[in-house]
Amino acid sequence: MFKILRDMLRYNVEFAIGFVLTLSIFLFALAHFWAPLPDTAIYLLPPDMPPSAQYWFGTTSRGQDVLWQMSSAIWNTMLFGLTVTVLSRLLAVAVGMLSGYLGGRWDQALMTLNDTMIALPNIPILLLVYFVMRDSMSWPVLAATAALLGWNYDARLIRSVTLSLRNREFTRHAVFAGMSVPQILVRQHLPYVMPVIFFTAMNNLIWAIGLEVTLSVLGFSDINRPTIGGMIYWANQHQAIIAGIWWWIAFPIIAIVLLFLGLFLLAISVNEYIDPRSRLSRMGA
Amino acid sequence: MLNTLQAPTTTDSVLRVEGLKAYYQMNYFGVRREVRAVDDVSLTINRNEIYGIAGESSSGKSSLIKTIAGAITPPLRVVEGSVKFDFGGRALDVYADPQAMKAARWQNLSYIMQGSMNVLNPVRRVKHAFHDFAFKHMGISQSAFRSRVEQHLHRIGLDPRVLESFPHQLSGGMRQRLTIALATVCEPDFIIADEPTTALDVLVQQDVLALIKDIQQRMGASIIFVTHDMTVHAAIADRIGIVYAGRLVEEGPTLDVFRRPQHPYTAHLISSLPRIGDNKKRSALPGKPPNLADPPSGCRFHPRCPLAVDKCRSENPPLVVRQTGRVACWRAGEVQAA
Amino acid sequence: MDGFAKYLGRRLFQFFLVIFLGVSLAFLITNLSPVDPVEQSVALMTNFGATDPRSVELMRQALQELYGLQGSMLDQYLAFWGRVIRGDFGPSLSAFPTPVMSLIMSALPWTIGLLTLSLVITWTLGNLLGALAGYYRSNLLLKFSGAAVMALHPVPAYIIGLCLLLAFGFIWPILPISGGAQMNLQPGLTLDYLRSLIVHGTLPALTLVLVGLGSWFISMRSLVSNIVTDDHVVYAELGGVSSNTIFSQYVARNALLPQLTGLALSLGNVFGGAVITEFLFNYPGVGRLMIQGIYRGDYALVLGVTTISIIAVAVAVFIIDLIYPLIDPRVRLS
Repeated sequence: MFKILRDMLRYNVEFAIGFVLTLSIFLFALAHFWAPLPDTAIYLLPPDMPPSAQYWFGTTSRGQDVLWQMSSAIWNTMLFGLTVTVLSRLLAVAVGMLSGYLGGRWDQALMTLNDTMIALPNIPILLLVYFVMRDSMSWPVLAATAALLGWNYDARLIRSVTLSLRNREFTRHAVFAGMSVPQILVRQHLPYVMPVIFFTAMNNLIWAIGLEVTLSVLGFSDINRPTIGGMIYWANQHQAIIAGIWWWIAFPIIAIVLLFLGLFLLAISVNEYIDPRSRLSRMGA
Repeated sequence: MLNTLQAPTTTDSVLRVEGLKAYYQMNYFGVRREVRAVDDVSLTINRNEIYGIAGESSSGKSSLIKTIAGAITPPLRVVEGSVKFDFGGRALDVYADPQAMKAARWQNLSYIMQGSMNVLNPVRRVKHAFHDFAFKHMGISQSAFRSRVEQHLHRIGLDPRVLESFPHQLSGGMRQRLTIALATVCEPDFIIADEPTTALDVLVQQDVLALIKDIQQRMGASIIFVTHDMTVHAAIADRIGIVYAGRLVEEGPTLDVFRRPQHPYTAHLISSLPRIGDNKKRSALPGKPPNLADPPSGCRFHPRCPLAVDKCRSENPPLVVRQTGRVACWRAGEVQAA
Repeated sequence: MDGFAKYLGRRLFQFFLVIFLGVSLAFLITNLSPVDPVEQSVALMTNFGATDPRSVELMRQALQELYGLQGSMLDQYLAFWGRVIRGDFGPSLSAFPTPVMSLIMSALPWTIGLLTLSLVITWTLGNLLGALAGYYRSNLLLKFSGAAVMALHPVPAYIIGLCLLLAFGFIWPILPISGGAQMNLQPGLTLDYLRSLIVHGTLPALTLVLVGLGSWFISMRSLVSNIVTDDHVVYAELGGVSSNTIFSQYVARNALLPQLTGLALSLGNVFGGAVITEFLFNYPGVGRLMIQGIYRGDYALVLGVTTISIIAVAVAVFIIDLIYPLIDPRVRLS
């Protein structure tokens, strides 16, 4: 594993850039544990200070340090994204592998359900869930809802990989050796499905973070818990653009775009590493 | 280093391959690999001749024929040597002039691909394939072209109505006949065929072989084809060349090669063929074809050869003229036909 | 013809299943929530001054009847279906007494127009660029434009829209950043009104295009770079077929089939982007309607918009399913 990482860093520029970007943003987010003030405290600092030596990214109209707010916000946003990704991977792997392995009617039924879920518009349903839950809404509930809506594309992908494994020699051997279906799936097939899971996880993480930003920008999350979208929400509430407090909006946007870029570069370079066909085109170059 | 000797060339040669080397060169994440798929091959093919290339799978025979057809893509590259055609005074160097090569395709030179079940565009009617491939070479009107194609199909035993079909509506045998029709409609001087019958069942195979031979005789074209199936070679080839581990190890008139193989590998290939009334037990050749990324020293066949001596392990035998053909073996005189 | 009938039957089944499950889901979410919509509405109304306990009780009963919240769960479920089929979601609370359905019906054309236009542009442009980039792999211009659209693709619609809004509304104010058309213009087929429609639609449409381009580009490029190694393409190259014909008829035409399926699959997601974009640019479509409904606690409106969105997306997916066989002869004639 370490050797693969080293080779990727050395020979794949996209991976190296993505890795460095994501790692530095992660370290920046980690720093919020050493923040001088609690991230929910407001009006403790002079408001609307432009970037200076004392407040590198300025302060908000609510008297918060933009730098430390961002550190907490990225942490919370990433935490939300990772929760969604892990939960939805569990669903995608379970449905995809079962569907691919069982085949026949089960496969048909599961994939019909899957395609039905894909055709449902996510955002209106999420908004409806938020609307009816309102005050009892917390970020883990929102993450669970998002996870329930975000597994179906990848279940299809995982299914097609499992489908091809089903007819391979070693599967038949495992069946003859008396292994149960869960045993075959976990011990024999999971290692082959792992790269697909990893690749889809990167894309799902990007999607989930985007979702969090979108919902909290609209104020549809716990608005007192700092997140990237939440910062933009408060900036909009205080008309930061019209008031000329540009740093309140610009720095969160730059941070989130850099994070997306880093994750995206990681996703495509990992995909290239996994997919032999794109590897071939690189060799030919 | 000159380790091959030219076969006697007649002025009537259509294709001359000289010292051809084509390697797969891979460089990925710092790991370099080189696979010598075609290693120093020279051969000549005459007008009106059917030349068969034989060898087991991964012997490099498919890479050889692709290289001759100018159908290679990276990581397979030509490293050395040349492939030159002579179409009735018009010379064509495949790897020196890509423009001329493109212009000659289908006009002078056509190709029948391996696995030709899928060579037709699945979303377009068959007639478009004929139009795309052949129309520009004919220099006739659309309607004249259409009746030309219909006539041609008729001769090949296909209902001209197939032109209005989509590929998925046709059977495997019909599709194969269609690709042969497509490859011959311009009456080219030279046809290259990569495993033309491998995917077909035995009855259709006989049919298609007879068709290829018939067309070739009528048009006076030359054909080079590849297959691992020795019975196909016996049925239609005038001469055959045996490829082992990227090298041409024997070549000669088909009858002579089958009656008096001179290379131990050829002898083995032929002895493994079933014959009516022969109940002798067939023995499998021990070992596997060599790894072309790291081939054995000397003669590449020596680890599997029953006749191998020390010289075979250290020195590579050159391809030399012997009797009616050429052979690359230090002990060629001692090989027994099975 | 038999295969085509089978295909059609399957798609029709899927279409009804999506609507059935989607509408049931909307019902389930609203009924399983701890918040009682009637109490919520009553509270909201009493905030505006009506405090007489008797009239509050009357209103409570009227609302329960209106939202079909009387009887067992099953009764309520069936009553909900009845309302969906009649297209009657009751009056909107925030725009009382206008029926929710007429609010949705006047907003829907805006959303359909904006989405159709931006989707057609995105799909065509993304696939064209992706196909060219997959076919001419060494072209530098294509590589750079590809990198640009790919870098934009993971960024959420709100962020891209916000940047466009800042750029063209504040820094270089040349485009309107709010509304669907100029307020004082009479809607109609006049040149001025059409011009105003286009100018107001530019930023929202551009946002949706920039968000969507990348994923079409990426999937088309990888499809094309796989298809160019397919037998029928390699064979056409060996046949000396001109590279324009190979690109359009052998490569792009085959790659478009999965991309059309992809278009149908993406509609649910694309709709979400439109909701956010409409809100950001105050565009008078159903997305803005829904978010306003949430802010104002308008239960009937939010439920109505969600249900209609589910049905509208299902209809759009089904239309694409009907187009597919026209392009793929294997479905049409089998």
